[in-house]
Amino acid sequence: MRQVAIVGVGYSGFRSITPDLSYKELMYEAAAKAYEDAGVDPRRDVESFVSVAEDFNEGTSIFDEYVPDQIGGVLKPVHTIAGDGIHGLIAAYMQVLTGAMDIVMVEAHSKASNVLTLSDVVAYAMDPVYNRPLRANPLFIAGMEMNRYLYKTGTTEEQCAQVVVKNRANGFLNPSAAYGASLSLDAVLSSEPLSHPLKRLEVSSHADGAIVMVLASGDVAQELSALPIWIMGVGWCNETPSLETRDWESATYARNSARMAYRLAGIRNPRLEIDFAEVDDTFAYKELQHMEALGLCREGEAGLLVEEGTTELDGELPLNPSGGSLGVGHLLDASGLARVLEVVLQLRGEAGQRQLEDVETGLAFGWRSIPTTSGAAVVLSI
Amino acid sequence: MAMRKVAVVGAGMTKFMRRAQETGRELAFQASRMALDSCEMTLDDIDAVALGTAPDAFDGLHMKGEYLSDGAGAWHKPYMRCYVGGGTGVFAAIQGWYHVASGLFDTCLVVCEEKMSSCMPHPQGAFLTIFDHTTERALKPNLIWIFALEMNRYMTMHGIEKKDIALVAVKNKRNALDHPCAQLAANITVEDVLNSEVLAWPVQRLDISPTSDGAVAIVMAAEHVAKRITDKPAWVRGVGWSLDTAYWTSRDLYYPKYVEYAARMAYDMAGITEPRKEIHVVEPYDPFDYKELHHLEGLLLADKGDAPRLTAEGVTARDGNMPVCPSGGMLGVGNPIAAAGLMKISEIFWQLRGEAGKRQVPGQPKTGLAQSWGDLMQVGCVMILGV
Amino acid sequence: MSANVENFPGTPLSQADFDEGKILTTHWKPKLEYGWDAGVAISRYLAELKNGRIIGIKCSRCRSTVVPPRVVCEWCWEPMDDWVYLKDTGTVNTFSICYIRWDASRAKEPQIPAVIEIDGASKGAGILHLLDEVNADDVTIGMKVQAVWKPADERTGAITDIRYFKPT
Repeated sequence: MRQVAIVGVGYSGFRSITPDLSYKELMYEAAAKAYEDAGVDPRRDVESFVSVAEDFNEGTSIFDEYVPDQIGGVLKPVHTIAGDGIHGLIAAYMQVLTGAMDIVMVEAHSKASNVLTLSDVVAYAMDPVYNRPLRANPLFIAGMEMNRYLYKTGTTEEQCAQVVVKNRANGFLNPSAAYGASLSLDAVLSSEPLSHPLKRLEVSSHADGAIVMVLASGDVAQELSALPIWIMGVGWCNETPSLETRDWESATYARNSARMAYRLAGIRNPRLEIDFAEVDDTFAYKELQHMEALGLCREGEAGLLVEEGTTELDGELPLNPSGGSLGVGHLLDASGLARVLEVVLQLRGEAGQRQLEDVETGLAFGWRSIPTTSGAAVVLSI
Repeated sequence: MAMRKVAVVGAGMTKFMRRAQETGRELAFQASRMALDSCEMTLDDIDAVALGTAPDAFDGLHMKGEYLSDGAGAWHKPYMRCYVGGGTGVFAAIQGWYHVASGLFDTCLVVCEEKMSSCMPHPQGAFLTIFDHTTERALKPNLIWIFALEMNRYMTMHGIEKKDIALVAVKNKRNALDHPCAQLAANITVEDVLNSEVLAWPVQRLDISPTSDGAVAIVMAAEHVAKRITDKPAWVRGVGWSLDTAYWTSRDLYYPKYVEYAARMAYDMAGITEPRKEIHVVEPYDPFDYKELHHLEGLLLADKGDAPRLTAEGVTARDGNMPVCPSGGMLGVGNPIAAAGLMKISEIFWQLRGEAGKRQVPGQPKTGLAQSWGDLMQVGCVMILGV
Repeated sequence: MSANVENFPGTPLSQADFDEGKILTTHWKPKLEYGWDAGVAISRYLAELKNGRIIGIKCSRCRSTVVPPRVVCEWCWEPMDDWVYLKDTGTVNTFSICYIRWDASRAKEPQIPAVIEIDGASKGAGILHLLDEVNADDVTIGMKVQAVWKPADERTGAITDIRYFKPT
């Protein structure tokens, strides 16, 4: 199989609101930076363009219409993936793997601040016959899952709250994070319950921003970049949209995604071979549940590890050094790509104050949030 | 480097109908099951699933792809949804192609579904939101506007008359009489088209394909697997796609340049230098009768402005030199958007295998082309299959 | 055809099936509201519409002037900030005479949507708008038209600040 690397990244944001720029201008800023970083001209060099978007997050039907102009893709192969940013990255990766293309870009963005009824939009993703008529705030799904996860693994509410403390503190060290904060465990635990046992501060807040990455095949990547970040393995999986029959305990979609990615990357023991990870933390408990499903620790062990500081910046297995969605802000369809962005910056040694030492291999994992069981993973190395 | 060969090895489709009792998930399941049955495979043989469906507003579901995943056989599998508006159907097959051609998978199930009848009061309403929210939506545009604007420009630039275009509707609806899944098959005349209700001049009722519920699925496989599954794989010889600027009011609508770009990409990949000789059967996208003509020109299968003549002379008839839409197209079979595009791939697959029954074009075609189109008259997607 | 559609013939429904209550459905009217940030380019466009003017923008590389304005030339990938006031007259590039509304219901009076190439912009650069004060049968491609504005105190900074275009 061909070798493929990320040779350029660019981003705009991330802030809770971005009233100065339209979504097109956000995308343009991120794309311009990524092309500059990769040293490519989109009109001349980029052979295919992948955007990631969901119609109802944009308020526009068949949103792909509005993609090509501001990313340099007019009259070129452009298509849209309705998925997480990592799905889009994988779509770009597969195109390079075919051998038909050498340079492909992926874009994902969030204008969450422009969606005035975001929780109604999420509710609109639920089954129209079985679930929607209950007229419950969709956060109940996270509450139910968290409850089952705590019950099954013995993880405590304090351990979940510790994830918030850690990630928002990490966000403080990340100039592009919208929600860096120094919080006490008590503050998290005493924030009001939204859907028991889930508390307000355990739910990531939304942010606006755009992320663009440029991928290139082996030789081309070597020419373009002094430090290409190689894609070692990818994996993605859907479990089921059904609330009635899904696995409420162990994030099967994450386990299957990781298995595929590790198989392709030749990773036998992720605990030893992965130096750090950026994993979805849309809700605090999700970081722990995902960590276990991704094989980064044993089942039921994640809570202890966060308590012991293993996943801190200076721990043995740093998790979400960027601040994750809790610290950076939840970027809707771009959330997974934000995880990848941090892995790239860390592996390049460009992560500033939060730079980890001696990291060679990182994992990024994205989840499409409630009500889905859709996840995607990528393993990156220098 | 040599690219991995990918083939279509199975196909299935539901009947297209104005309003099906089946949910979108059930339609997706039925098409998937028929596709798998057609090549004697089961879900266990499928490595990944690619889904095409567009806009979410039809089915009335945010993240429609997630909702459909179980019906499309994606449970516990790598699953990805693509969309490029009306171009989604053929693009989904291109997505299936790159799944397999990448080397990550040996088999991929490609499923396209659309359930337009869920949208009230009328699916047309969903199209208001395809326009720019700030500079256009306030004018309360409807979808037919833009096609009427394009059709008028096409007719005026070439001096084409409505009766020349109506021949396409007559041909396709008649072809559909032989399609067991067709929604609007009929024997009509040019006069019927010209006398039908004017919706947005020059677009009249019978110039348009219907809104539909339906699903189509195909199975794609890598060379070594395809040869085990069937002795008649339809090989993907070329793919191409291109998206033009969203500023559609700055383009000259008389010619679909994006279709030409997509076609050139596909012809290059397929090593086709003389498409008019080398393409034996064509399924261009025909949601409106003039679009078939427009697209034949963009595909370089007709000179600019000359496609109506080819139609009038019978070149594009099922028994003509270059059969176009032998299936009956969207005008005859129906138009559940993404599913209609994949229906065109299925039709080429059946035609090349000699399995199209009463719709079979004569002369044992070796190479066929399917094309879809969509967004703000903006995207072209092309796939060339060969046996 | 090899599709074994006989196994899954589907279940077509008629209006009577609904009217007679044979078919059960759930209904949902989604509450979907958006407040889109107009951004740098379109904010200026809207502000100038409020002033009763149409503004475009020029690419320094390909020299084309386009409308509505945007911050990057989609052909050259060149940033754009050379604002150009355009006239409020133009030429009909193409038009339709439309008898149905956006939701497919029948309109009492036909509307005439058109792509109008705006004078002062590069050839072919147009916007979508409506024509009025003209007999539908008299509209032609190539016809010269001019904007009919709302009174200044009724303008809000929207494309509808131009009521319609009429023949000059």
